[in-house]
Amino acid sequence: MRRALGLVLLVVTMASAQEMRRSGFDDMSPSTQAMQRDDAQNPAMLWVQDGAALWARAPSPSAPACAGCHGDARASMRGVAARYPAYDEALARPIDLAMRINRCRETRQGASRLAPDSQELLGLESYIALQSRGVPIEPPADARLLPWRERGEALYRERIGQLNLSCAQCHDERAGQRLGGGLIPQGHANGYPLYRLEWQGVGSLLRRIRNCMTGVRAQPLPAESPEFTALALYLAWRDRGMAMESPAVRP
Amino acid sequence: MARTLITAPATAKRGEVIELRTLIAHPMETGFRPGADGLLLPRNLITRFSCRYNDELVFSADLHAAMAANPYIAFFTTATESGTLSFRWEGDHGFSQTETVAISVS
Amino acid sequence: MNTALQRRELLQFGLAAGGLLLVRPVRATSFEMQSAIADYASGAPVKPGKVKFDIPPLVENGNGVPITISVDSPMTAAEHVTGIAVFNERNPQRDVVRFTLGPRAGRAVVSTRIRLATSQQLVAVARLSDGTFWSQGVDVLVTLAACLE
Repeated sequence: MRRALGLVLLVVTMASAQEMRRSGFDDMSPSTQAMQRDDAQNPAMLWVQDGAALWARAPSPSAPACAGCHGDARASMRGVAARYPAYDEALARPIDLAMRINRCRETRQGASRLAPDSQELLGLESYIALQSRGVPIEPPADARLLPWRERGEALYRERIGQLNLSCAQCHDERAGQRLGGGLIPQGHANGYPLYRLEWQGVGSLLRRIRNCMTGVRAQPLPAESPEFTALALYLAWRDRGMAMESPAVRP
Repeated sequence: MARTLITAPATAKRGEVIELRTLIAHPMETGFRPGADGLLLPRNLITRFSCRYNDELVFSADLHAAMAANPYIAFFTTATESGTLSFRWEGDHGFSQTETVAISVS
Repeated sequence: MNTALQRRELLQFGLAAGGLLLVRPVRATSFEMQSAIADYASGAPVKPGKVKFDIPPLVENGNGVPITISVDSPMTAAEHVTGIAVFNERNPQRDVVRFTLGPRAGRAVVSTRIRLATSQQLVAVARLSDGTFWSQGVDVLVTLAACLE
């Protein structure tokens, strides 16, 4: 009886912990929220437009366009972004959506890699991520991902930089408090790529994490590094069940 | 050619007041901002936006550096007749772009 | 520059995001802004009224601030708004944007996004077809992200 009660309490606590999660959207002013909600106003839709054009265009006469294999992205890409980072057999490690796009380009389209946070890569990533808007984030239940996720969590809790701060200290312990006049969000990565008012443009999770790390005076993680992907994988697990908002708007 | 996004109704009733919403990708570099090397980044602004309804000017705006990047302008006009709505952005360094949208008025 | 002072003022205010819009009639706080408004009105008197200036009272990032300006007018050929202009106090330049409308507008409502360098007062001025000028001023608090690139 006691054990059953204990189990009920545990489940209830875990459930309410999940419900205590706030997307960055909830922390924004109504007018910024309106900017995200309205596709006619959301500046990220300009990047999505780019992505849609790139999706349909073959990189060379002898290679297929993304559409050549994947057809209409609105059907084929639905829910895909919500399941990244995912394990890649050939590389024997998890990769994020940006790496997946580049892998496809190199191995199946005979095209060159797109640079991280380049307009083209952000366009494709935004277009693909848009097809998962509203879909709950669900990292794959792949046992091979577990050690990577644990590494990501360790990185999330590790104090870094001259300011000697960890992600957890701001985004778990002090979310809702203020840093220099700005509200500290819980730091859910459910809207990437997103239009950040600070950037006056669209950027990726990589860009944002690198900002944060520079902010605490730490050496920022390089693009495509195993550490970054491990962290992104942990963040996806931390966000599991939350709806994707890509392409979001943030202050 | 900058990316643009125009939201306008394809059809309307004669006399109906319709909303037109426009978005264009442009950095709107103010000329007041220093770059990584400390030197001011050169000014690059869209300075004028205008809307013509079958060639008649129905709305315009003179933009300054205080307009946000990727300018969004939403306004209203009366649907008078079928035809073409044309939107024109002009600015520094000879920037000029026109986009058109058809409208059917019954 | 003024940022540290503004932030201290902000903390003293004890902000709560809410719908409270601080509305004040145009006053002579900034000589330059008053001159810019007078220039737009060609010296005609600018009266408070008829103009509704929608802007968030607390701005999370000054790079992209959505605004909507509505002017109370029948928008007929005889009586309509011919122009709407926005002026600021503390950006490098006073002018933000000047819209030109006509009776075909149907509704004297414009929406856009602007940049604010810091917390300041803004004024929207409407020019009517009868030659009169009307305005509304707003006070805006501007914060920014703590971690910049």
